[in-house]
Amino acid sequence: MSFLREGFKALRLTAALWLLTVVLYTLPLLAVGQGLFPAQANGSLLRNESGQVLGSTLIGQPFASDRYFWSRPSAVDYSTGKAAPTSAPSNLGPTNPDLVKRIKDMAATYAQAGIAKPAADQLYASGSGLDPHISPEAARQQIPRLAAARGVPSNRLEPLIQRHTQGRFLGFIGEPGVNVLALNNALDQIKP
Amino acid sequence: MTDWFQVVIFVALVWAAAPVLGKHLFQVFGDQPQPRFDRWLTPVENGLLRFIGERGRPADQAWDYLRPLLLSNLLFGLVALAFLLFQPPWLNAQGLPAMRWDTALHTAISFLTNTDQQHYTPEQSLSDLSQLGALQFLFFTSAATGLAVGFAFIRGLCGRPLGNFNTDLIRGITRVLIPLSFLFALVLLVNGAPMTLAGPVTLRTLEGADQILVRGPVAGFEAIKQLGENGGGFFGANSAHPFENPNPFTNLLAMVAMFAIPAATIDAFGRFLGNRRQATLLLLLVTVLFLTLAAVAIKAEQGGNPLLAAWLSGPNLEGKEVRFGAGITALFATITTGSMTGAVNGSMDSLLPLGGLVPLFNLFLQVIFGGQGTGVAYLLVFLILTVFLTGLMVGRTPELFGRKVEKGEIVWSSLILLIHPLFVLVPAAITLAYAPALSGISNPGSHGISQVVYEYASASANNGSGFEGLGDGSLWWNLSTIVSLLGGRYLPIAALLLLAAGFARKTKVPPGPGTLATDTGLFTVVTGVVILILGALTFFPVLALGPIAEAFSLVGAP
Repeated sequence: MSFLREGFKALRLTAALWLLTVVLYTLPLLAVGQGLFPAQANGSLLRNESGQVLGSTLIGQPFASDRYFWSRPSAVDYSTGKAAPTSAPSNLGPTNPDLVKRIKDMAATYAQAGIAKPAADQLYASGSGLDPHISPEAARQQIPRLAAARGVPSNRLEPLIQRHTQGRFLGFIGEPGVNVLALNNALDQIKP
Repeated sequence: MTDWFQVVIFVALVWAAAPVLGKHLFQVFGDQPQPRFDRWLTPVENGLLRFIGERGRPADQAWDYLRPLLLSNLLFGLVALAFLLFQPPWLNAQGLPAMRWDTALHTAISFLTNTDQQHYTPEQSLSDLSQLGALQFLFFTSAATGLAVGFAFIRGLCGRPLGNFNTDLIRGITRVLIPLSFLFALVLLVNGAPMTLAGPVTLRTLEGADQILVRGPVAGFEAIKQLGENGGGFFGANSAHPFENPNPFTNLLAMVAMFAIPAATIDAFGRFLGNRRQATLLLLLVTVLFLTLAAVAIKAEQGGNPLLAAWLSGPNLEGKEVRFGAGITALFATITTGSMTGAVNGSMDSLLPLGGLVPLFNLFLQVIFGGQGTGVAYLLVFLILTVFLTGLMVGRTPELFGRKVEKGEIVWSSLILLIHPLFVLVPAAITLAYAPALSGISNPGSHGISQVVYEYASASANNGSGFEGLGDGSLWWNLSTIVSLLGGRYLPIAALLLLAAGFARKTKVPPGPGTLATDTGLFTVVTGVVILILGALTFFPVLALGPIAEAFSLVGAP
């Protein structure tokens, strides 16, 4: 009999804790998010003048055309195309021949674009498959290609890169990265 | 250079937080008054206790503490399982169907045991309701269960009754996990972690591709995921996903959050014992072990992959985010496996051999800050064994904290240490014996062995990270890891409670001339050696077959 009583006790405990940790904990956070920080709470969406969503400033997009700065390789193609949404790294081990082959092929693509020794982050796939950043070095290497493709002088691109570089936190925590979507969006606004 | 500086900052923050949070934990679990909290929380907690019919009588026997723990955990798991199995498509924005039965069972047990291995793709499998109702619920309850066990064990070792499980569970949630998570969630929210139930956004990228952005109540989920040492991601990429971990600042906080509670539990132990020096020495010991391992991992990743030297130079960035870089990702990997969180901000599978050895080593030891509540308990088990071994060496009756260490303590301690290798090595051996049929190995060579061993080590240590290239969504992996998950969780918990209850019943003997002082530098060093010998030696053969062999294959590579 006492076992049954303890069972009911555990049942009531479960119900009470579910209410506390799921409903009562989450609702105020939703309220604060939607009320005070709607931009962040809804995914830091980037919109154009007509209000159409271009992307999220936190999430990268695939860029392969000559008219844009290229983003990093992604194992999930930045969650685009017909496939269901996802996020993942390549999970290729350091001694996996597939990794060596991918890096080699990627390097060849860059060599064709006139970049003999691309920055490492341009060959290595990212951890999320959605990395919004490339390294400042990777961005600068692409300036000549973009200057030619867009007919924009190089000295106008350099400050643009700087403006869209997110520095280290407090100057020493993390690594600097250039937000590719923001940069390419700014590129589209330039009148040649 | 900045990598090392960040390591220093990180350790300084953990050490600064430990006494503050440790005092708080001591007050919460030591029944000390907390005027600022009592005013608001005591009525809530008393209401809860009245509602469930708990009178708060402390347990005399281990079984009195264990029984409500097992009962409530069973129900927590069933609630989560129900959400995962019956996820109604009309109740979620993406119209996602329910999980397959074996994946749902594995997921429920994995989150119930504070492990959070994920054999599914969250974006394609779980509605917001399931993420909250099943997983976030288990984040809180599994962390609080661990915390309760940790403090019951500490009480027993300090000669007190074990306490009352339901009271500990509730107070752990109301006074520790919810307040801390709420604050952390606000910081995450401001930095860009979404907090919405509006569902995914479909958009056209600048180049004209269709992209689906999955959003959700991420900030609140993420906070308890880190603080509760849970580690199961809202997204497949876990803490590498920009919505979970938007920038280097949130990354630093996420790292501190993983160590905050286990470090504070060690501090609180010193307060229970009335010997804070003992706690400080233990904290120092695990910090030194941690720094050594972190240095190995960071150095390895900074060195880069020699196989790729023809095309690129610099650190290994495969599976890593630009905003964190190689060093910080290696540091995160060391913290997440040392603390049994299992969140990852980059691919563990793509770490270089020595970078991958460190997480595996952490999973074997289980004490480099260790799991929620259980970390300090395992550390104290090593202390008991060290007292016993050194007692044998000098020919004295081993004593710890004024009580004799006898056969019962040694039996339970040995059992606790043997459970882990049993649930790692045996299933790994079976899987490798039937490799093509069962294993799902994705990386060839020695690395494939590491993938298999890692999966079981992660399950049994209740960590949850993985060498995720492994094709682990199969029936075999789901069911076989369940055995390791449950065995690695509930058997040590039972043994810890039995050990502590027996220890508390012993009569206190005043320290004599033959008493070995445990709060000295020398004894701490010996404890460290015992941890490395007993904890790591069992696993050395698989380390040699996996990461060490892989490391040698890279020596002299072109």
